[in-house]
Amino acid sequence: MEFGPIWRAMMRNKTGAILIALQIAVTMAIMVNAISIMQERGRMMARPSGVDEHNIFSIASVGFAENFNERVTIEEDLAALRAMPGVVNAIQSNSVPLSGGGWSMGLQTEPGENIEGTEVALYFVDEHAIDTFGLNLLAGENFSATDVTWRERSATDWPDKTIITYAMAEALYPDDPDSALGKTVYIADVQPLTITGIIERMQAPWNGWDGVERVMLTPSHTLFGATRYIIRAEPGMRDALMPQVEELLAERNKDRIVRSMRSMDEVRERSYRADSGMIRILTFTIILLIAVTSLGIVGLASFSVNRRTRQIGTRRALGASKVAVLRYFMTENLIISCVGVLLGAALTIGLNMLMIETFSLTRIAWYLVPMAMLLLLIIGQAAVFGPARRASLVPPAVATRTV
Amino acid sequence: MFSYYLKLGWLSIRRNPLLSTLMVVAIAVGIGACMTIITVNYVMSSNPIPQKSDQLFYVQLDSWDPNDYHDEGFEPPDQMTYLDAMALMKAGKAYRQVASNRSALVLEPQGDGERPFSVDTRNTWADFFPMFDLRFIYGSGWDDSADHNLERVVVLSKELNERVFGGEDSVGRSVRLNGMDFQVVGVMDEFLPVPKFYDVTNGAFNEPEELYIPFNIAVEYELPRNGNTNCWKMPDGDGFDAFLNSECAWIQFWAELRSDEEKQEYMDFLTAYTEQQKELGRFPRPLNNRLSDVMEWMESQEVVEDDARVMLGLSLLFLLVCLLNTIGLLLAKFMGKSTDISLRRALGASRSSLFVQHMIESGLIGLGGGVLGLGLAWLGLRGIEMLFGEFIENLVGMDWVMVLSAIGLAIVSALLAGLYPTWRACSIAPASQLKIQ
Repeated sequence: MEFGPIWRAMMRNKTGAILIALQIAVTMAIMVNAISIMQERGRMMARPSGVDEHNIFSIASVGFAENFNERVTIEEDLAALRAMPGVVNAIQSNSVPLSGGGWSMGLQTEPGENIEGTEVALYFVDEHAIDTFGLNLLAGENFSATDVTWRERSATDWPDKTIITYAMAEALYPDDPDSALGKTVYIADVQPLTITGIIERMQAPWNGWDGVERVMLTPSHTLFGATRYIIRAEPGMRDALMPQVEELLAERNKDRIVRSMRSMDEVRERSYRADSGMIRILTFTIILLIAVTSLGIVGLASFSVNRRTRQIGTRRALGASKVAVLRYFMTENLIISCVGVLLGAALTIGLNMLMIETFSLTRIAWYLVPMAMLLLLIIGQAAVFGPARRASLVPPAVATRTV
Repeated sequence: MFSYYLKLGWLSIRRNPLLSTLMVVAIAVGIGACMTIITVNYVMSSNPIPQKSDQLFYVQLDSWDPNDYHDEGFEPPDQMTYLDAMALMKAGKAYRQVASNRSALVLEPQGDGERPFSVDTRNTWADFFPMFDLRFIYGSGWDDSADHNLERVVVLSKELNERVFGGEDSVGRSVRLNGMDFQVVGVMDEFLPVPKFYDVTNGAFNEPEELYIPFNIAVEYELPRNGNTNCWKMPDGDGFDAFLNSECAWIQFWAELRSDEEKQEYMDFLTAYTEQQKELGRFPRPLNNRLSDVMEWMESQEVVEDDARVMLGLSLLFLLVCLLNTIGLLLAKFMGKSTDISLRRALGASRSSLFVQHMIESGLIGLGGGVLGLGLAWLGLRGIEMLFGEFIENLVGMDWVMVLSAIGLAIVSALLAGLYPTWRACSIAPASQLKIQ
């Protein structure tokens, strides 16, 4: 192989080679760390919310008139909604998963004021919640209609039953989460609740919260003035139902306004908009980066081919084959790229350590490094192929021409 | 000489159109990416009220749970309880003070057939308007007596006044809010602080509210609240009064203090207040009150998001890649001119004049890259606006500072990139390259 001569020739004019190698190294560091961030966001967005997202939508109802009777309105609204063709079920609640606004409380396994409880997201619902959200009841039983109370905005007493998620059971009883059913936990320091059911999964309203799957359902209708109806449609019926529901509620009672009607799909999209935006920006950045780096390689290689035209012609005249010339430039690039990706691996890990420290990002997956090295080697070879081919087409006669 | 070098530079750029285009594009892409992200960061971290940001202080009183500690230790709550806010308002020890919170009211238009709609509202005090330098198109804010006499007055934003009154002078007219009539006393001019510093708890980049009513009215009539509410212990008993007297924090409190002495006096006052409350059995934690001016408060609330900072780092590295690229290409280009250079040296051009000539050529490429990069940054900002929607609308405007810094950054980058290649070009010996011809 011509490895030796290529290396020596490069050493005579190393700046260009060093620049390319550096460029490849920094490109790799950015690329791998960006991909790692994208993977992290992707994993976060892939977490299931536990509810039947595609068929659920919600709409807010805000009473304003002085003679607004909230309790009657809610009872009648729910009866009307549940009677609509195409509606599977409907409930009144204070929030929906991923919506960004909701209630949280602390639950503790022992009563007492100076105990730090386990934080939990709370949804006020009635006995139709499991069907409306499409939740999977693992153990215990659903609320019954008689469990459901009516709660004023600043009430402080709690109904004595609750259904919690399995994740909450794990947080309360880390040693034996399955034993949670039937146990008594305490809310607001001292008020006892019996866990009467455990659901497989349901997300809290806050996607960035580390306890995102710690949820409790409380059997209460709320009389907070503003509320939210959650409606589950039969598959395929949601989009047709949404305007009908809005019209029905707006017309049924003029003492309130309805607003913010959103499908769960839209709630999810809004909830993760920053993350999906970040993923797209990073994807775009990586594409641009690779384009800039490969254009740089093309530019420099073309230039070096142009400069060495006479030299190439001489080599050809002395018997070097086209393939040999092609191979010369390809090998040259391979050497430079190898140095670049090795340096890049070090830079990548350094940058990642810095990001972990500053922004508490996760560590890069080990396989990203070799994959990126391989990818950049291939890109380098592809970029240099054009100029190298042009070099191989230089006719031997050039050697004699310009002198 | 300068114009002669400009001309030489231009000719040289035109001689290798491919290489020159590559360089301009490389710089443009780098500058475009960088400036897009820098602009977002710049706006996020900008001072929303520069004329008096060092005189406005966010007040935090540590009335919180002695058992609730986080990794970072005891941080005072980011909002204030009703009890404390009212005590501080009543004491009136600051030059100006404002307790406020967010809510939403339903406005019923007078005309037939128009449906009532919900309006974001701020419950606040008379000092709010002079304290934050708000300008009015019609009328003015209300005065202290309106706060104390529970007058049902309201200030509208310009937009809302256009929606409800068609932009006319509506002072003296009435609007119906949640079933009650309020009298308009003022219509504000455009007001769009970015970040929305006076209430970062409920979204630092949200739009300001469209309606302002006296805080006392909202309490008196138990109007709804919709901002963040945090309680470390449940209210004692049911009902609104129990809530008001609870340890729930839901109010933002600002004080205007015009000098260090005033600030010190106010801090002493807060300490005395805390001591007095401790005697009543409140404030179980050690003394930890805070006065943060606007920029300190923005920083402690981490208004600039981590994502924006990560992107900033990555985009600067991206610019580095583009510059490495440009250095390589410039080097190739200048080396390609070695015959030229050695001829000029042989004819008497000094090193320094060659240096100036090549730096000018690099600068020209930088200027081209900067102008093109500005266009790309504009596109980038539109892209970001599209991706993030209304959350970010107020963050994607470029002002003159940004435009000039984009071009400046491009030229400086190109000159830096040109240094080494130029130095190499200048060290070519006279006539050394002439022999082989």
